[in-house]
Amino acid sequence: MYFDSFAEFLRMGGHGLYVWVAYGSTLVVLLSAFFITRRTALNVEENIRWAMLSRQAEQISGVQIKEEVGNESET
Amino acid sequence: MVGALLLREWRILLRARSSIVNPLAFLLLSTLLFAIAAPQLVAESSERASGILWVLVLFTQLLSLDAMFRRDYDSGTLEQVMIMADVPFVAVLIRIFVQWMGTGLVIVLATPVIGPLLGLSWSAVPGTMLALLLGTPALSLLGSIGAGITVGFSRGGIILALLVLPLFLPVLIFGTDIVNAASAGLNYSYQIYWLALITLAALLVSPFAALAGLKISIEMQ
Amino acid sequence: MKLNQKLKEYWHKLGSPRWFYQMTSGWVTFFGASAFLLLVAGVVWGLAFAPADYQQGNSFRIMYVHVPAAMVAQSLYIGMGVAGFIGLVWRMKLTDVAIGACLPLGMILTALALFTGGVWGKPTWGSWWEWDGRTVSTLILLFLYIGIYALREAIPDLNLRARASALASLVGTINIPIIKYSVEWWNTLHQSASFSLTEKPAMPAEMWLPLLIMVLGFYCFAGHQVLSRMRFEVLTRESSSRWVADLMQGKGVLVNSAKPSSSNREKG
Repeated sequence: MYFDSFAEFLRMGGHGLYVWVAYGSTLVVLLSAFFITRRTALNVEENIRWAMLSRQAEQISGVQIKEEVGNESET
Repeated sequence: MVGALLLREWRILLRARSSIVNPLAFLLLSTLLFAIAAPQLVAESSERASGILWVLVLFTQLLSLDAMFRRDYDSGTLEQVMIMADVPFVAVLIRIFVQWMGTGLVIVLATPVIGPLLGLSWSAVPGTMLALLLGTPALSLLGSIGAGITVGFSRGGIILALLVLPLFLPVLIFGTDIVNAASAGLNYSYQIYWLALITLAALLVSPFAALAGLKISIEMQ
Repeated sequence: MKLNQKLKEYWHKLGSPRWFYQMTSGWVTFFGASAFLLLVAGVVWGLAFAPADYQQGNSFRIMYVHVPAAMVAQSLYIGMGVAGFIGLVWRMKLTDVAIGACLPLGMILTALALFTGGVWGKPTWGSWWEWDGRTVSTLILLFLYIGIYALREAIPDLNLRARASALASLVGTINIPIIKYSVEWWNTLHQSASFSLTEKPAMPAEMWLPLLIMVLGFYCFAGHQVLSRMRFEVLTRESSSRWVADLMQGKGVLVNSAKPSSSNREKG
């Protein structure tokens, strides 16, 4: 450990504000990139399942589409 | 074939005199704007004149780039040329050359008037003309890539600027430096070599890239 | 001859979205885990254990996030240029997926590099913004990214958009060395900063090792992001094909939390 105390670590020899702003912004950028990618992945999967289900339902009959879709979104 | 194409382009250029007059008028008008808005900038020193002059040249080029393939594209001539010409590459190169004569060459010839109006010293005028003569072909060549890609858009102006202006930067840097060196009476052969090299590199790459861009735009039609 | 055959086969496989999807499933996990471990280790070492710089004090620790962001941002652009070249020559669909995945990440990392550079510059140079050579180069990189982004937004047709952005990123990549050189030349003429932030004659190992770890961590993070984005873009584009349907019959493919779909099917 380079610093003597935790307070010293936070202060960063007077440059604390700059150091923490830089690291904080990096953290925000990396985390938001990660979560945006993850959410898009979930959306894509849901969309594909949705499309598959409605295709299957169309093969059976037109009436059943809504029920099938309703079940899917509830569960 | 090449001769016929060149002749055709040349006739069109002469007939539509606006393609020469308009860029020149724009350049003079923006010079006037600078002189009105910031007289102290214009009158004070040659170093500032070099920057203002080159930025105005860049903008003039940018404005005329949009029209580079526009008319031929809208009329369908471009598509025909692409199919008919033995080497569409040459047709594109000729188009770029003619566009340069309408803007770059005119700017070079107008430098003895516009330069001093912007506060450029007389001794720097030959160097400035040389820099513009070597630099403006690179602007036309690099710009043709962006013009080729964006000619299919109804409002491609801003995208053209975003695509092309970063590529103009090396020309701007060496061009302004030549003008500064010429005003200070320094040797600028090194910068001239670099500017010539950039133009040569642009000549090697741009016609192919512009052709590829035009093919995309034609499919978009 | 045999090797040539094998390489050719590999090359053709690489063009197949299905093969890509199956192949990269392990890579994503590997890059994700490595990125996490490397970044945590690098941040702890860089923030708490590396000694302070004799000239800049503790503000030099910003280097550990600024330099990797700038490096990865530039690499991603060059990666787009390479992908564009492959896409134009071999008409490979996957390369456009790669460009689309690199573009947003590269853009945000360029912006991050500019921002952290400014935050670093304030205690070091005394101002948030200096027209320094590297700063200008990074700013131009941002504009190169924005240009391609605008171009992609303007073309709705997938195939034409792929070709246009491949061409634009290839031309941009070819121009990067020329732009860098001319900006350096310009910088020597108008030297504004007293010294460059990152260029140090001799950095002790306890100072550059964390930097190396952070750079590796950022590259792994970029690898994880680009591959995952490419994977779900491939799924979207191939969503009506047989193999995607088969894939979806199993349990969640992209994220484990997704529920199995077989029970739903039986209900209907």
